[in-house]
Amino acid sequence: MSEERAASALFGRRLLTVTGMDELGAYRVLRAVHDDGADGADGGLAGGWAPVPGQFAMLAAVERWGGGEGERPYLPRAFSIARLSDGESQFLLEDVGPGTRRLCELRAGDGLWALGPLGHGFQPPSAGRRALLVGGGVGIAPLAILQDTLASESPAVQASVLLGFRDRTRAEGAVLLDGASVATDDGSVGYHGLVTDLLAAELQRDPYAVVYACGPAGMLEGIRALCAKRQTPAQLALEAGMACGFGACFGCVVPRRGGGYLRVCLDGPVIDAAELEHVDQHAGAAA
Amino acid sequence: MSIEFCGLQLAHPIINGSGTFDAIAARRVFGEQLLEDFPFAAYVSKTITLEPRAGNPPPRLWETPAGLINSIGLPNKGLELTGGAERQPAIPLITNVMGATAEELSRLVEACDARAEIAAVELNVSCPNVKTGLDIGADPRQLEAVVRTVRGRTRKPLIVKLTPNTADVSACGLAAEQGGADAVSLINTLRATALAPRGRFAGAGGADGAGAQRDRWLGGGTGGLSGPAIRAVALAQVAAVAARVAIPVVGMGGVQSAAHAQELLDVGATLVAVGTESFRDPAAGARIAQGLR
Repeated sequence: MSEERAASALFGRRLLTVTGMDELGAYRVLRAVHDDGADGADGGLAGGWAPVPGQFAMLAAVERWGGGEGERPYLPRAFSIARLSDGESQFLLEDVGPGTRRLCELRAGDGLWALGPLGHGFQPPSAGRRALLVGGGVGIAPLAILQDTLASESPAVQASVLLGFRDRTRAEGAVLLDGASVATDDGSVGYHGLVTDLLAAELQRDPYAVVYACGPAGMLEGIRALCAKRQTPAQLALEAGMACGFGACFGCVVPRRGGGYLRVCLDGPVIDAAELEHVDQHAGAAA
Repeated sequence: MSIEFCGLQLAHPIINGSGTFDAIAARRVFGEQLLEDFPFAAYVSKTITLEPRAGNPPPRLWETPAGLINSIGLPNKGLELTGGAERQPAIPLITNVMGATAEELSRLVEACDARAEIAAVELNVSCPNVKTGLDIGADPRQLEAVVRTVRGRTRKPLIVKLTPNTADVSACGLAAEQGGADAVSLINTLRATALAPRGRFAGAGGADGAGAQRDRWLGGGTGGLSGPAIRAVALAQVAAVAARVAIPVVGMGGVQSAAHAQELLDVGATLVAVGTESFRDPAAGARIAQGLR
């Protein structure tokens, strides 16, 4: 998870081929490869090096991108890389708008435009500190590859996983990670309540843990506030509506503590919680 | 395919629209390969203003049918222009500047004139006059006066980026020419807005009265529409201006393919700028230039 490896994506979007679309409760796992095969370490995205957990790709269907309801989608959509497996890149989808709906329709053999890996990912914890991976909803995606990478590259790091979901069909997504403690809003699975309650209890037990989080803005704000109060380091993977993913459009900004803005695509998507005064609602239309 | 534009020799007729490609950010993302494969024959900077600007509060984007409304608000570091340490692509740099008055624009243009690495200056005249509230570039008489004042401050080629939000864009093109512009570029984005979906977090209230009972989506209230949704408008406006002026025209608006670029060339444009399409595909400029060969 070194910074050097994240230095460059290939210039230009890449044509991937969809290899599968797996149902996972309310979600779908989109799997895709690049035809050149390479050695598979990059999930088909770029020149042979693995993405850093937390990095993302801009995705668009090759066929019928546009022409849906309201003549959308038009722009590509940003997705965390959820996992690399057998030369495939995997992305976690939830149908919440015209772009995600069209991507959910893809089937094996269909073409997928992908630009990436993009952005800054998670940094591993310093020696001796435990990693607490905290995810909510479809935002659990980058925590899966983070868990994989910590296990393979930082085997000394102990990692615990806390996941929150709205209901039972969404909680099925928890199988993406090993050994997750689950909370649901409706109490249908696991703890009845917010995942931040589980986090507070964990931090009570182990005040030296480091938090890695991705999920809805309300959850991230809860985590930010909790970690700020306890002086716990937290790395938050943010989401924002973005047109390009590579710093060109300046559309995906979030306010930076002390003034000005951060570009989520370039300065993030993983941002040190100390850089933020507050995690605002996602500045994006239904994707 | 090599082409001459205002005394500059360009490898092909495809450049970028101002504010749609950040060469420094792109180099951080794509590495040195970007400089080797730079997709444009000249690089147009994002708009620089006298004072630093943080830009508009989010949300800044709204996807429309076949297009995008942006309300970015011209974030930039002010007259402290982006400087020399970064390795630049070996192509002409065109610096885009915006000011609310002829005096502001003059100071910016003089600063550009003193910088050897700047090959040409593009004036963004889509800035409201603080007294009238109208865009400087929307009124032919005001535009001609501003261009004439600024013209005297530099020997570098001066390109005036026309606004489409005016009654008669060809009259504005003619005014820019008579004021001393070396070229005009068009179209800038079309003024547009979007309302927040019911029940969703929104940015600004109804700042200009309309839609006051329902929140605007964009933090800046209104924005500019770009993308294929505006291509037919761009074709009409570029054709109208090219028919009326003798100076070169840079045509842009919704270009996604070489065929679209060729249409603008066919109605009289000398160069074609690619903007929003680069958001979807950062190498779009190279693809389009290749398709024109």
